[in-house]
Amino acid sequence: MPANAIRFLRRGQIVEYGDVAPMRTVLDYLRLEEKSRGTKEGCNEGDCGACTVAIGSIRDGRLVYEPANACILLMGHLHGKELVTVDDLAHGGTLHPVQQAMVELHGSQCGFCTPGFVMSLFTLYHQGRKPSRAEINDHLAGNLCRCTGYRPIIDAAEKSCTGKPLDRWVLATSDTLEKLGRIAMGGDVFVGNSDGFIAVPRKPDTLARLADDHPDAVIVAGATDVGLWITKQMRDISKVIHVGSVTELHEISATPEGLSIGAAATYAEAEEALAAIDPDVGEVLRRIGSKQVRSSGTIGGNIANGSPIGDTPPVLIALGATITLRQRDDERVLPLEDFFIAYGKQDRLPGELVWRIDVPRLKGNEHFRAYKISKRFDQDISAVMGAFKFATDGRYVTEACIAFGGMAATPKCASHAEAAAMAIDLDRPESWSEAIAAIGQDFAPISDMRATASYRLDVAKALLRKALTEIAGTVRGETRVVGTRGKAA
Amino acid sequence: MAAKAQKQFAGDVGQALAHDSAVLHVRGAAPYIDDLREPEDLVHVAPGYAREGAKGRIRSVDLSAVKTFPGVVAVLTASDIPGLNDASPSIGGDPILADGEIIFHGQVVFAVVAETREAARRAARLAKIEVAAAPPAVTVDDALAMQTEDVLPSYGYGRGDAAKALKVAKYKLKESFFIGGQEHFYLEGQVAAAYPEEGDCLLVLSSTQHPTEVQHIIAKMLKVANAKITCECRRMGGGFGGKESQAAQWAALAALAAHVTGRPAKCRLDRDDDMIMTGKRHDFRVNYEAGFDRTGRLKAVDVEFLSRCGCSADLSLGVNDRTLFHADNAYFYPVVNIASRRLFTNTVSNTAFRGFGGPQGMLFAERMMEAIAIERKMDALDVRKRNLYAKGRDVTPYGMKVEDNIASEVIRTLEASSDYRKRRKAVELFNARNTILKKGLALTPVKFGISFTLTHLNQAGALVHVYTDGSVHLNHGGTEMGQGLYIKVAQVVAQEFGIGADMVRITATTTGKVPNTSPTAASSGSDLNGMAAKQAAATIKQRMVDFAAKEWKKPKSRIRFEGGNVIIGNESITFAELAKKCHLARVSLSSTGFYATPKVHWDRANAKGRPFLYFAYGAACAEVTIDTWTGEMKVDRVDILHDVGSSLNPAIDLGQIEGAFVQGMGWLTTEELVFDKEGRFLTHAPSTYKIPCASDVPEDFYVVLYESKGNRENTIYRSKAVGEPPLMLGISVWAAIFNAVASLKPGRIPKLDAPATPEAILKAVQGMQP
Repeated sequence: MPANAIRFLRRGQIVEYGDVAPMRTVLDYLRLEEKSRGTKEGCNEGDCGACTVAIGSIRDGRLVYEPANACILLMGHLHGKELVTVDDLAHGGTLHPVQQAMVELHGSQCGFCTPGFVMSLFTLYHQGRKPSRAEINDHLAGNLCRCTGYRPIIDAAEKSCTGKPLDRWVLATSDTLEKLGRIAMGGDVFVGNSDGFIAVPRKPDTLARLADDHPDAVIVAGATDVGLWITKQMRDISKVIHVGSVTELHEISATPEGLSIGAAATYAEAEEALAAIDPDVGEVLRRIGSKQVRSSGTIGGNIANGSPIGDTPPVLIALGATITLRQRDDERVLPLEDFFIAYGKQDRLPGELVWRIDVPRLKGNEHFRAYKISKRFDQDISAVMGAFKFATDGRYVTEACIAFGGMAATPKCASHAEAAAMAIDLDRPESWSEAIAAIGQDFAPISDMRATASYRLDVAKALLRKALTEIAGTVRGETRVVGTRGKAA
Repeated sequence: MAAKAQKQFAGDVGQALAHDSAVLHVRGAAPYIDDLREPEDLVHVAPGYAREGAKGRIRSVDLSAVKTFPGVVAVLTASDIPGLNDASPSIGGDPILADGEIIFHGQVVFAVVAETREAARRAARLAKIEVAAAPPAVTVDDALAMQTEDVLPSYGYGRGDAAKALKVAKYKLKESFFIGGQEHFYLEGQVAAAYPEEGDCLLVLSSTQHPTEVQHIIAKMLKVANAKITCECRRMGGGFGGKESQAAQWAALAALAAHVTGRPAKCRLDRDDDMIMTGKRHDFRVNYEAGFDRTGRLKAVDVEFLSRCGCSADLSLGVNDRTLFHADNAYFYPVVNIASRRLFTNTVSNTAFRGFGGPQGMLFAERMMEAIAIERKMDALDVRKRNLYAKGRDVTPYGMKVEDNIASEVIRTLEASSDYRKRRKAVELFNARNTILKKGLALTPVKFGISFTLTHLNQAGALVHVYTDGSVHLNHGGTEMGQGLYIKVAQVVAQEFGIGADMVRITATTTGKVPNTSPTAASSGSDLNGMAAKQAAATIKQRMVDFAAKEWKKPKSRIRFEGGNVIIGNESITFAELAKKCHLARVSLSSTGFYATPKVHWDRANAKGRPFLYFAYGAACAEVTIDTWTGEMKVDRVDILHDVGSSLNPAIDLGQIEGAFVQGMGWLTTEELVFDKEGRFLTHAPSTYKIPCASDVPEDFYVVLYESKGNRENTIYRSKAVGEPPLMLGISVWAAIFNAVASLKPGRIPKLDAPATPEAILKAVQGMQP
């Protein structure tokens, strides 16, 4: 018999939340139910960070705090976690070190984004090592400030996040771990009835069965997209199945060919392992959403959602990844590219779940490059995402895998360009033009608010040229304005 | 940072005190309107609009599904308004609720009043509105092509015969380019709450830069006397001009809901609605011709500014006038013609935005300097220096003499401190050694006129009470939107009384305490309200001095207020003790204060006068790298030197400078407003509209306050206004991008529009290819 309440830790107490409110966001819970109004609503879509809260959870036996956008976080997500908000930080008259640094360094002006920054800094403070300037920027990419120009906030991060956290949360670690562990022991959660519910299964089989029994239920991992169905599209959602408590689905393991990533692994959890495949994979991961989004959002969700502008699919397609789908006890495997059929349409049957992604590692003769083109470097959606894998014999391209996002209704391979790439002699840039021109045959992109069709096409070609240039080393000087690769002259 | 060295007391002006709400901000304990405890039976208001159509007669409105949605209390339409259906600042044309026709996509047609905000929002989507839609004019070019009727008459002025002077000029250039607008993206969206009080009075809490205007608009809407409406604002979560005139509509809707239902009502816009329904910085097309000599010195300038005002006049008169006032930036145009057209489009009415039209005028001037430099194969900095205002060349196109010119000194100082010449060489070397990436460098000045150009707005009032325990209650007409106005004015009052700023309680701006106020705008907040508050405090202080002189029988010259004490001859008592004694002696410890800016006058019809009391100056040097294959751009380093006169609070001023620079940089780089052909605004959320984030600010970012002897004019403690001027320091980044593109083909002027998004940069790069 599953438990009939979501349970989470709040100010040292276990809260039992038994409301059948599949669409309740954590922000509305805080502001409307708990009446804690320190946490602000800035955009209600997970892009400004004013609503940032800290989520404490157990990972590999350790307590970690990660930032999350409360505005698009659903209550089911809190099960088995600790929720910390800006209202909790000061103790008596004493400010938390991150708050103190923000005051001393004049890190607030209008103050509306400030609670979100404070909570992002709180999680950085608990990271346990002193961050570099670049790490601070990454950590704060999901918090927009329109007043300060960020410099004083970055200074406050440098001052307070010393790598040696010592606050009430550190002191309470063992108690927190014990309580979160106790909730975890509780097993599956099902709040509601078969007409409307929040389900937080713990066992893989329960998840698979629930999904099959309720093919109309919305499967939710981080809700970084589903959250907007609720807050912006105002869709009615009555059944929600959360996948995040299924520990097995978070697993990332080495296989003989490469990596196997559970569908519920967050970007944050997968980042390190994926970055080990190639630095450009790491760079793409770094630039997906924000720390908040990467801490909640998952690789599986990025795929299952089927967006033509998701950042991981082109990368994974170029790497030759496969996807495993599961329905009840049946699994099937298909190349990732084949999963995307058309705009809004994926090869997923009702009741079927994205279960696992297998990513082969690069072979010795393979080169990988990926580039994200967007108006803003951090926390933006791609106008174009290009991912390239070339096998060479040292001079000639022997195999090419070229995938793009933002160029078609789905993430898609450039098959004409791939075929033409067989004529590429890395030493002779003239021999590249056929493949580059073939991109024009592969895609007829659209114009939208991110870019025009002609820019998309121009830049897609330029990215192929750039990838070849970098691999061949045929150009003078640096090749990129962002990231670490292509820097040295 | 030029923090004052001498020993000071914790309240003196010139001290880097924290923002008055800093501790509350970091605790999440500074309440914004939506955070306040909700009164019993509060209702929520959500606006509704026609999903299709940007222009045309409203054929039918079917609200039946809205009305029957669970939780809906009332649905408001134009016919519910007892008085004037207009939220405009003065000229009219901004209906609170559309009446019969639609003039832009997203215009509010009705408002749902419901028990919960969610119910109101959900119900608002259920309306069926049919519009007899006609093709809208969306862009400046559409307005010209469709010959829409301008929202305001054209305006302009000049000196000499520009056409003739251009004809004889040895060197000439002629260009046309586009400048995009900008969304304010204040983090706290538009919000207001209205509480019915006895009779037909209303208390309105509004996140507004202009409580008086909100009061007046609501009074007219409800057909009641101004005195029956009180409008209050403790703080805004950002304003930037976006809550100067355009906070009123949402306050009016809350007030109307309260009026109709008799219940307290709150209207808080969802972010997407906010971005769709409220105006932005004006977009411009700029056409110009310039004539100059061999040395790059201008002989004549003829420039025309065509601006997209949107569907109504709103504040476009002042905004466009300020564009003209800043078309010269810091440069002397011997012969000049400046013209402006204020175009109507079927888009949301554009409005005030930090700089108020000035930035667009200034961007023109700086582009022209870069273009002249390319034509004359000179360093753009040398062209700029050749053209600065100087002795004998010091009268602006609008006839005001520039008396306080420090542009040359600011530029020279920054040129040295930023190592400009050496870095110019390094940039050239980098460009020679790199194929894909190119660098650019630019040093651009700012000269920004301070005062409202609508002269009567240059006034302010304040109210100060001293209590018998020595604590002080301060109120004035300025609003706090994060800029630090409240702490600055508190420091002024503390200084006057010789007490700590912590003894001064800063209170919410309200029309009930200081009436008939001007908007907190035009960077004027501390100049005006600081003076008014100082005067109020001085009046009380004078009474205390008079009393003490009589009581202690000492000459007034031997009475000083300092360090929380009052020194009377050889005796010292605390400020609190003297306050108490004054009270017992029946001396009034409360006073208003008033200030009207001297010297300013402007005869618009004849384009003559002195619209500004003084100018604020600054300069920025930016270095950027562009990717000529993709158009991506990174800002590598920025050096800023900015003049704030004698700073009232250097920490606050530094924050204003840095923040404004980044906002200006965003305007010209990542922030792009995109509308479709049907007039729908597409970039209506932070997912698609990109303001700068932390990593867009260069690590090499050096900001220094100019070592000033103080404002030449008699401003509050000789300080200078700081809200808007530094925004235009961001132009240095755009100019550096322009310079980087220009490096691709010496002698050719890049066709770079603003904002310089990756796409715009790549387009300009492609234009440099043979």
